[in-house]
Amino acid sequence: MPRESAKKGVLGRVLRTLFESYPVLAPVVAFGLVFSSVVSSIPALFQQRIIAIVEIYVDSGDWTAAKAEIMPLIVTLIVLYFFSISLMIAGQLILAYMTQGYLCKMRRKMFEHMQDLPIRYFDTHRAGDVMSYYTNDIDTLRQLVSQALPQIVRSGAILATILGIMIWYCGWLTILILLGVCAMIFVTKIFGGGSARYFKRQQQTMGKTEGYIQEMMNGQKVVKVFCREKESMAAFEKINGELCEDSFRANAYANCLAPIIGNIGNVLYVLTAIVGGTLLVTGAPNFSLSGLPVSISIVVPFLNMAKQFTGNVNNLSQQVNAIVMGMAGAERIFALIDEEPETDEGYVTLVNAKTEADGSVTETEERTGRWAWKHPHGDGTVTYTPLAGDVRLFDVDFSYDGEKQVLTDVTVYAEPGQKVAFVGATGAGKTTITNLINRFYDIADGKIRYDGININKIKKADLRRSLGIVLQDTSLFTGTVLENIRYGRLDATDEECENAAKLVGADDFISRLPGGYGTELTGNGANLSQGQRQLIAIARAAVADPPVLIMDEATSSVDTRTEAIVSRGMDKLMEGRTVFVIAHRLSTVMNSDVIMVLDHGRIIERGSHDKLIAERGTYWQLYTGAFELE
Amino acid sequence: MFYRLARCIGRYRAAAVATPLLMVGEAAIECLMPFIIANLINDINAGCEMDKILGNGVILVILALCSMLFGGSAGFTAARASSGFAKNLRRELFARVEDFSFENIDRFSSASLVTRMTTDVTNTQMAFMMIIRGAIRAPLMLIFSIVMGFYMGGPLAGTFVVVIPVLAFGLILIAKKAMPTFRAVFRKYDRLNQSIEENVMAMRTVKGFVRENYEKEKFGAAAEDIRRDFTKAEQIVAWNNPLMQICLYFNMIFIMLVGSKLIVANRGTLIDVGQLSAMLTYGFQILMSLMMLSMIYVMITISAESVRRIGEVLTEVPALADPAEPVTEIPDGSVEFRGVSFKYSAEAEKFALEGINLKIGSGETIGIIGGTGSSKSTLVQLIPRLYDATEGTVLLGGRDVKEYGLEALRGAVSMVLQKNMLFAGTIRENLRWGNENATDEEIEEACRLAQAHDFVMSFPDGYDSMIEQGGTNVSGGQKQRLCIARALLKKPKVLILDDSTSAVDTKTDALIRRGFASYIPETTKIIIAQRISSVEDADRIVVMDGGKISAVGTHEELLRSSVIYREVYEQQTKGGGTDAA
Repeated sequence: MPRESAKKGVLGRVLRTLFESYPVLAPVVAFGLVFSSVVSSIPALFQQRIIAIVEIYVDSGDWTAAKAEIMPLIVTLIVLYFFSISLMIAGQLILAYMTQGYLCKMRRKMFEHMQDLPIRYFDTHRAGDVMSYYTNDIDTLRQLVSQALPQIVRSGAILATILGIMIWYCGWLTILILLGVCAMIFVTKIFGGGSARYFKRQQQTMGKTEGYIQEMMNGQKVVKVFCREKESMAAFEKINGELCEDSFRANAYANCLAPIIGNIGNVLYVLTAIVGGTLLVTGAPNFSLSGLPVSISIVVPFLNMAKQFTGNVNNLSQQVNAIVMGMAGAERIFALIDEEPETDEGYVTLVNAKTEADGSVTETEERTGRWAWKHPHGDGTVTYTPLAGDVRLFDVDFSYDGEKQVLTDVTVYAEPGQKVAFVGATGAGKTTITNLINRFYDIADGKIRYDGININKIKKADLRRSLGIVLQDTSLFTGTVLENIRYGRLDATDEECENAAKLVGADDFISRLPGGYGTELTGNGANLSQGQRQLIAIARAAVADPPVLIMDEATSSVDTRTEAIVSRGMDKLMEGRTVFVIAHRLSTVMNSDVIMVLDHGRIIERGSHDKLIAERGTYWQLYTGAFELE
Repeated sequence: MFYRLARCIGRYRAAAVATPLLMVGEAAIECLMPFIIANLINDINAGCEMDKILGNGVILVILALCSMLFGGSAGFTAARASSGFAKNLRRELFARVEDFSFENIDRFSSASLVTRMTTDVTNTQMAFMMIIRGAIRAPLMLIFSIVMGFYMGGPLAGTFVVVIPVLAFGLILIAKKAMPTFRAVFRKYDRLNQSIEENVMAMRTVKGFVRENYEKEKFGAAAEDIRRDFTKAEQIVAWNNPLMQICLYFNMIFIMLVGSKLIVANRGTLIDVGQLSAMLTYGFQILMSLMMLSMIYVMITISAESVRRIGEVLTEVPALADPAEPVTEIPDGSVEFRGVSFKYSAEAEKFALEGINLKIGSGETIGIIGGTGSSKSTLVQLIPRLYDATEGTVLLGGRDVKEYGLEALRGAVSMVLQKNMLFAGTIRENLRWGNENATDEEIEEACRLAQAHDFVMSFPDGYDSMIEQGGTNVSGGQKQRLCIARALLKKPKVLILDDSTSAVDTKTDALIRRGFASYIPETTKIIIAQRISSVEDADRIVVMDGGKISAVGTHEELLRSSVIYREVYEQQTKGGGTDAA
């Protein structure tokens, strides 16, 4: 079964990564677990010896003689216990350290890998699903590593030890006990399997319930406005009932497992006593490694061993859930880690530039405020092209899924310092064009050149550093306002950040916040209005000071009065830069050098505002759509 | 609070009561067993009298079967009771939130409500199950075992006097030390997960600014910090097992040493070999019970936080209630604000609305204009009683809105919210929110009015096309038009559009408003908008500023009299300014 083997692969990979992370500690812990477990199963042996000695002296009542024989055993036992406990303490402490270390490593691995994934991954995976890798799946992995695996080692060691001792003393009784264990395994398969199946299902139903609750909680105000409380309650009842049933089944199976297995153990105990007694009475020949005949001092400890043996099988069976769930979690975590990262074959880099006396441009270490593209060629020569901000798209075609064409034959020239606007309905492909310029996605056909260089040759990080973006859905980070602005350029001084805010007209409201620039933002700036958040995002782009700016509906939520204030700052920000603007309000795009009207992925009109108005085409219609109403 | 929780057990009461009883039965048998086993061992020692062995064996097997039955049924009833309890608890929470008014909703974030209904309920469920399974069984087992130990072991039971206090004290110490550490680290852990979520949502920004490595470092530091704290906390708990083992070993050695001496010195008259092994079992059971009790203690402390958070929702009093004798008939769509002031919470210093006096005739079209924070939305939300006015009265059809039944009131006042939402389901299902019994013709008519019919028909499945959760598969403008259609289906007396056409192009916007004028002339229409073009043809326009009415009048009047209005108008027209879709 390929699926079965895939699961085994997951467990193997967990173990491998665990041992790779802790090449010394992991074996030490494993050894500690094995040793302390073996020691804890040995007393049965000593008990047998002590009872045998007691049997011998019980009639004479000679304690001194018995003591002389028993004491060494007790002392040995104490020494063993001492080592066992010491190892156990060390093992437990190291295990805690290792588990957390391993989880931390996995978390970082996931997160670091996630940073390198292409935007496509985030466009095709829901944030909630990605989050559950970090919460639910890491949690099941923790259970697997800190509880299930050690328990397997511990119980496995005890089982092996006891099995050895049993075979040493009596083959018949060993066979009997093994038969009982087979019954237990059978029960575990039914109940443990059932429980694992329903726990998995419960998780799915839980996800569904969570989705529904989330939707209803977000839409609570709409529910109220339409008085739909009863209906939304009724739909909830249905999912809630389903969840309850799954939860019931999962827990019922899990709860029943222990008493059933435990009592099979008890029955086995009785059978051992009866069979042992029969062997004693009939004097049947023993078969064992030791060759000892069956005696009371073998049968009595055997009873204890039977108990310990079945007890450990019970312990193991309790881990079935943790293992199944843990492996499912690990599988998802590994799937994220194995996800193909964003590739980058670019070799053209952005460097600080200075102009030599002869007018040629060369590279320099210090920050000159001027930049150049460093372009190494096949023949070993290097050319430097000054960064100007000239972006051209030639006959670009693009599709997100390889089927539905989103852009067709798009050609755009943006000369340095020009303002290029995209206008068109939702879904016309405006944002897609900007996604291609900064290479969030790669074009299917055509060419995009930046300062004459094919952007596929430019290192992505350098390409993106030369482009500033301000998006409609503003993302702010937990931290102060100042830190959020500084996100644009990490080495910007406080003053530079404040100047950027002043430039774009954000200073006014920021200084009126309770903590000014030091105001802590949480939950994507939940305590600010959408317009204020956009202003911070614009300031962030201003601090980055890139030659090319992409403004995707950057001021859509700033009300028109505020926009009037902001627009002066925006004009200043755009000065001397190549700017791509996507905007809803025609007022924002009117003063652009070129306006592109997009429809279904094609540019249907292009030109300045005046030219397009004169043409009386779609743009004119859009524009006059307002005037018609007067 | 606990009464409310207990009530959630509801019809699972039988299972909830049966569980501890069955567990007691199981515990009793478990304590009897070593006693019989001791006899069995003595039988064997005494020379294997098969009759006696078989006799005791049969008793033991019967006991084992009973124990299996008790234990199994208890597992079953415990699962039934706890899953049922969780179900009722979730329902109670959901129902409570359904009763919330806007004021209540504002107090809880929707994310926190989701956590309360999922994670917190699950924690409570687990604690509940543990309590009904163990809270009676464990102490009972402890007492049983101690009694049996003293009864059977005589002087050997002396070991318990040492071991029990040591273990109990140790476990309490560990739990006491670990709990605060865990609580602190869990809070940190929550924050870490929040920052991951933030990062996932902000991926375009991160990549746009090439901050991948910066984010990695930031996360790395946070993750290492969590690792240190978690390790510290877990290492405290890691002492549980060794402590238990130390006690167990002490027990063993004491019983073996002293036991052998007692047997030999008294020639087996005081105690025998069977009792020796029984003592070992009782010792083990005592330690296990203590362990169980400490686990229950930890579980209860962990879930206490969850219970508290659940309690917060359950004890939240809905801020609005139906009047005692609700009026269900709304005569007409006239609206009047009489000296209305409003603040969002009693503690707030600033009034969001102050001294509002406004009379709107039935069938009138009113535009409302004003900057962000001028409380336009707040004003209209008082009409369907989404909030209640702090001072003054809001009248609908000549009556105080508080006299109407909420359902009747909200049925007559249809409001398209600024932050609107469609729900997972077909377009038709979404539209039926407005009117459960709407015919297909009515739905189509509403959509035509809202200029939604054409694009709906362009979808392959027309009105049966699926809307995804959060309405992500329709554009902003389409969503707004569907929301308007949904509101129209109510056939309201008052229709309120709160900036509901911001994403709709101006031409469509105009068509929608024209449709209103000709198809629903009797309905009072209140339109909040950012752009002048959306309101300029209204009968009257209200200009709001800082929570007060700054001016009321027609477009022409306001252009002459209102500075604010003129400023906005000029800003929007000077640049040629309107919006395009």
